[in-house]
Amino acid sequence: MKKSVFLGTLAAAGLMAGFASAGTLDDVQARDALKCGVSTGLAGFAAPDANGRWEGFDVAVCRAVAAAVLGDPEKVEFVPLTSKVRFTALASGEVDMLSRVTTWTFSRDVDLKFTFTGVNYYDGQGFMVRKDLGVASATELDGATVCITTGTTTELNLADYFRSNGMEYEPVPIETNAEAQQQYLSGACDVFTTDSSALAATRATFENPGEHMVLPEIISKEPLGPLVRQGDDQWADIVRWTLNAMITAEELGVTSANLDEMAAGSDNPEINRLLGTEGTLGEMLGLDNDWAKRIIASVGNYGEAFEANIGESTPIGLSRGLNALWKQGGLQYSPPFR
Amino acid sequence: MAMADQNASGSFRLSMLIYDSRYRSMTIQVIVLIMVVLGVVWLVDNLLSNLSALDKDPNFGFLWETSGYDINQRLIEYSSQSTHFRAAEVGLLNTLLVAVVGCFFATLLGVSIGVMRLSKNWIVSRLMTVYIETFRNVPVLLWIVFAMAIFIEVFPQPKAFRGDNATAHMIGDAVAFTNRGIYIPRLEFHEGSSFVVYTLIASIIGIFLFGKWAKAHQEATGQILPTFWIKLGILIIPALVVFFVMGKPIQMFYPELKGFNFKGGLHLRNSLIALTLALVIYTSAFIAEAVRAGIMAISKGQTEAALALGLRPKRVMSLVVLPQALRVIVPPLISQYLNLTKNSSLAIAVGYMDITGTLGGITLNQTGRELECILLLMIIYLTISLSISMVMNIYNNSVKLKER
Repeated sequence: MKKSVFLGTLAAAGLMAGFASAGTLDDVQARDALKCGVSTGLAGFAAPDANGRWEGFDVAVCRAVAAAVLGDPEKVEFVPLTSKVRFTALASGEVDMLSRVTTWTFSRDVDLKFTFTGVNYYDGQGFMVRKDLGVASATELDGATVCITTGTTTELNLADYFRSNGMEYEPVPIETNAEAQQQYLSGACDVFTTDSSALAATRATFENPGEHMVLPEIISKEPLGPLVRQGDDQWADIVRWTLNAMITAEELGVTSANLDEMAAGSDNPEINRLLGTEGTLGEMLGLDNDWAKRIIASVGNYGEAFEANIGESTPIGLSRGLNALWKQGGLQYSPPFR
Repeated sequence: MAMADQNASGSFRLSMLIYDSRYRSMTIQVIVLIMVVLGVVWLVDNLLSNLSALDKDPNFGFLWETSGYDINQRLIEYSSQSTHFRAAEVGLLNTLLVAVVGCFFATLLGVSIGVMRLSKNWIVSRLMTVYIETFRNVPVLLWIVFAMAIFIEVFPQPKAFRGDNATAHMIGDAVAFTNRGIYIPRLEFHEGSSFVVYTLIASIIGIFLFGKWAKAHQEATGQILPTFWIKLGILIIPALVVFFVMGKPIQMFYPELKGFNFKGGLHLRNSLIALTLALVIYTSAFIAEAVRAGIMAISKGQTEAALALGLRPKRVMSLVVLPQALRVIVPPLISQYLNLTKNSSLAIAVGYMDITGTLGGITLNQTGRELECILLLMIIYLTISLSISMVMNIYNNSVKLKER
């Protein structure tokens, strides 16, 4: 009798152990911390500074989401992930979102069951070589040894590029950007290839950046953006519109400097809707109406975040290029706040 | 009916399952078994329901899709147009290469060091103690990374070999040590080379037969032949004669600096060398200890008796001590082979594309099939390990104490 009761309990326990998960927003709020997957260290995009505080363009997106959801940009738990483990970490719920220079591709969106929530950097794959190698174009790289981060789209692009140009190469697979630097700087590989923004960031950390050059060829489209697990539309909306709020703020001229003035109310109804003095957009997201104000107060608008982390005044020195607002001939374009 | 049964002596009642010592242990075992099975069922069910919640169902179809990535070290034909399955095969062969080469050299090194540690020469035995304690007490991953760092930082770049005032030179125009690996001459087989190979195989069979004959001869007459030199002669001379008779059908192909890299020779990548080297020195330290334990397990009386019979110390070791020591040495040796093979999965630390790097690395990442890839990997490593175990157990049975 006792035995059967025990077995019954066991069976019931087995049945109950289903997949129980509340929405990601509830999880984050209950935890009072956002777990954000970032690079293991890529200057300008995500790297800890001298005090161990994470800084960078990707980090700004994490902080913006934390500011919107938790009201504090410091309530982020940064989880450094290699290219290889990032998707497993997101799919298994180890992180709430990835903001980790990740390319939006069909198979990742559809087959790997993720939702990309926008593009915070339009990039393309490039090649970096030493100037004294005497190479002026990627088409002269036949037979070269190429350092390549494994588990990335660049790995596939590289194979395609060399095959379609009838060239051979020797791939040297590496896990992190730091390993790539070690191999590249010691001359164990002739070429380092990755997204050209990351090349610029890596080159900026070299002792003598002038000895290295990025070849003119851009061999792929790499729209980099934050992503979340598929199936939690509310959470995806929050991350998507956080980025859109940053872009729209730049478009409307709302900066961290003039935020208070703008938030007092303006003649432009879109600014009012964005900053919550008009309408209830924040509540529709499941947040409060000051959400976008907190984003801009903490990380600034898109342009400010760009300039502070990777812009021309920083050692990385990337120009806006494709990432200028649509009004300035770039691709950054946010749907309207309405 | 139950009432009637109770009266019959020796009849079975349900309570006897617990109170009767004849059945109790059986009952407990059955309960434990049911619990284990239920536990497994629960885990699998949990896994499947979690996977379906993520909209992922186990499916191995991805293995036949185009891989799209390149692998540097390929023992079989492979390109980025091959399938993921083919990539896994390439990785598996790379794993086996490291495992086989590693086990071979680890045994050689381990046995020599183990024997030398017991040497009466103070400096030799102390040095070997230092070797063993250094290498087996630092994690093997550190050795692998350390070896790789040395290769990358110490050896010159290929471009250092270029020009009139080159700072680095090839050894005998045949071998080049670079920080991308070691380039050695490659053998090229032309027409007629098969005869040389056949001769070599025939010589090896000859050596085996000669060894048997020499042993029988020694047992019959007591005469000891210089077998080593005769065997060496049998191995080399006929093959050399055929080689020249056929007009040198096997040629050396020397590496040459062309473009960015050396071409034409055999490229031993530094990832392969660093990984193998680190695994060999690490595992050999453990094997040395196993060998020492085995030798020390043989009582001193055996050695003394052999010496009293007039055997030389070398022969005492090879004829009396080692054959008896082997039965102590072989079981831990099996574990060390298994350890080496499994440790080779640390290859990704230096970018060596073994099965963990291809199937468990790039394929897993590009297809997002974590469960399937890891499951396959576990099955593959299990199969390799069990095969090694099986072969070594057969060997163990052949050397173990035969009780007559």
